[in-house]
Amino acid sequence: MGTTMTQSKEMIATRVAYGKTLLELGKENPNVVVLDADLSGSTQTKFFAKEFPDRFFNMGIAEQNMIGVAAGLATTGKIPFASSFAMFACGRAWEFVRNSVCHNQLNVKICATHAGLTVGEDGASHQIVEDIAIMRAIPHMTVIVPADATEAKLATKAIAEFHGPVYMRLGRSNVPVLFDEKEYEFKIGKAHVIKPGIDVSIFAYGVMVSRALWAQELLQAEGISAEVINVSTIKPLDIDTILESIHRTGCAVTCEEHNIHGGLGDAIASVLTENHSIPMKRIGVMDQFGQSGKSDELLIHYGLTKEKIAEAAREVIRRKNMS
Amino acid sequence: MPFDEKKLKELKDICKDLRKSILKMTHASASGHPGGSLSAVELLTVLYFAVMNYDPKNPNWSERDRLVISKGHSTPLAYSILAKAGYFKGDDLLTFRQLGSPYQGHTDRLKVPGIEVSTGSLGHGTPNAVGMALGCRLDKLKNRIYLLQSDGELQEGSTWEAIMSASHYRLGNLTAILDRNRIQLDGWTEETMTLEPINKRYEAFGWHVQEVDGHDLDQIYDAIIKTQSIGLKENKPCVIIAHTIKGKGISFMEDNVKWHGVAPNDEELKKALQELG
Repeated sequence: MGTTMTQSKEMIATRVAYGKTLLELGKENPNVVVLDADLSGSTQTKFFAKEFPDRFFNMGIAEQNMIGVAAGLATTGKIPFASSFAMFACGRAWEFVRNSVCHNQLNVKICATHAGLTVGEDGASHQIVEDIAIMRAIPHMTVIVPADATEAKLATKAIAEFHGPVYMRLGRSNVPVLFDEKEYEFKIGKAHVIKPGIDVSIFAYGVMVSRALWAQELLQAEGISAEVINVSTIKPLDIDTILESIHRTGCAVTCEEHNIHGGLGDAIASVLTENHSIPMKRIGVMDQFGQSGKSDELLIHYGLTKEKIAEAAREVIRRKNMS
Repeated sequence: MPFDEKKLKELKDICKDLRKSILKMTHASASGHPGGSLSAVELLTVLYFAVMNYDPKNPNWSERDRLVISKGHSTPLAYSILAKAGYFKGDDLLTFRQLGSPYQGHTDRLKVPGIEVSTGSLGHGTPNAVGMALGCRLDKLKNRIYLLQSDGELQEGSTWEAIMSASHYRLGNLTAILDRNRIQLDGWTEETMTLEPINKRYEAFGWHVQEVDGHDLDQIYDAIIKTQSIGLKENKPCVIIAHTIKGKGISFMEDNVKWHGVAPNDEELKKALQELG
């Protein structure tokens, strides 16, 4: 399991890996079409746009129409990838994602970048911390968040092969490359135990996976063996892997760059409360809007750190041992 | 005159049958939208029985013309005409809006063959039709995308986003037909939220505009045929503003806002069917 990890010190944003892979997909599959809403430089769809101008549709600053048009394209057998900032692709266009795409069960991939606090300096209006909640609430939607560039590349390819609506959350900021492309296997709906352990299960996705790994190192120094699980598919949730881990460790911590409401923490909590009585703690944005700042500063300010994760881990282990 | 006497009678008979079916379906479910179904009867009759290429035995035939019914509440008309066109028998149309029925209150493409896209939430059909037109053009198909718009949904911003994008992408394969029945749920459109001048607004957005009497089969046909040549020659999306009467054909329903979303009771059904003869 540990062999899937890379020793690389490289930092690459998941959106960059997405943009590069989209270009590859364009060459491999003539049915892949791409839509953007005046952000192709930021979302990295510009590379596809340059190579395949006939299959790229800039819809201007009109995200509702972009998603509705993507749905129409999908009815003709195309595989539309629609990109914008997550705030607009999910937030502004939510009802189009719900009615045009998901209710029709159309093969549209909403690949939205600049999600979460790590947008950074743009501030609260652009920092969506609600996207996972509102996307996973829609029937037929698959929700994926790659943790690094390797996973972003593999996930982009996987969702092109998969038939059905997908929301893929991508980030603006550079994040550590965690996985070795030759070893790591990405499968939609599969959570990965990336560090085995026995004392506590730490579930994370996106940028928080690297923080969870750092917390694991902190805990290891104290003699605590934490298991880290990368839950890159939030929906459908890999309940088997999650419960299997929790059964072994007896307690859980979730961490996410998302509002504490409606994200992975809530998803796992609902699995646990329906099946078990197990100590659990959720790390997330405490029902607040973000603000301007550097992405790393923001994660610290809002408590999305290895220290907070380790603290939560110690707490759930304590509660486990008390009961 | 494009239609000879025989064809005209055939189409008029179809219109009458459709009106009866609309009334019976809404009566049976004691809910639904008779007014905006009755106003669009002639528009869809011309499309399905004089214009569009389709194969009801093969609803997914790739070269078919496609119709997006953006006014997804006009289901009594949509299901009645698809049955008449041969997509299904339709002997169960009176299960309309009942639990378990394929005939949902608003269109569902996964439940009823011939429905190209599920609509109902206004302001979706025009973006969907733009996407279809782009996709069919990429595949170099010679088909046409038809779009039935409601006038009320011109109040949705997304409709105008899509109208803007259709002319930007020079979608000459797209013909929109606007059911201008002038009434929305709360009352007259112009009292609720001004839409006029609709023709100038479409023109300003780069569309070719025609206006017809939306209950005159010959006028409707001529205008649609014209869009086929103009669309391709000028690479412009085309709209036909069809001036219609909400509740058309039933004296007590015509131009009466009450019949946007209310079904006829036993007595009203009887009276309405008598009027149609």
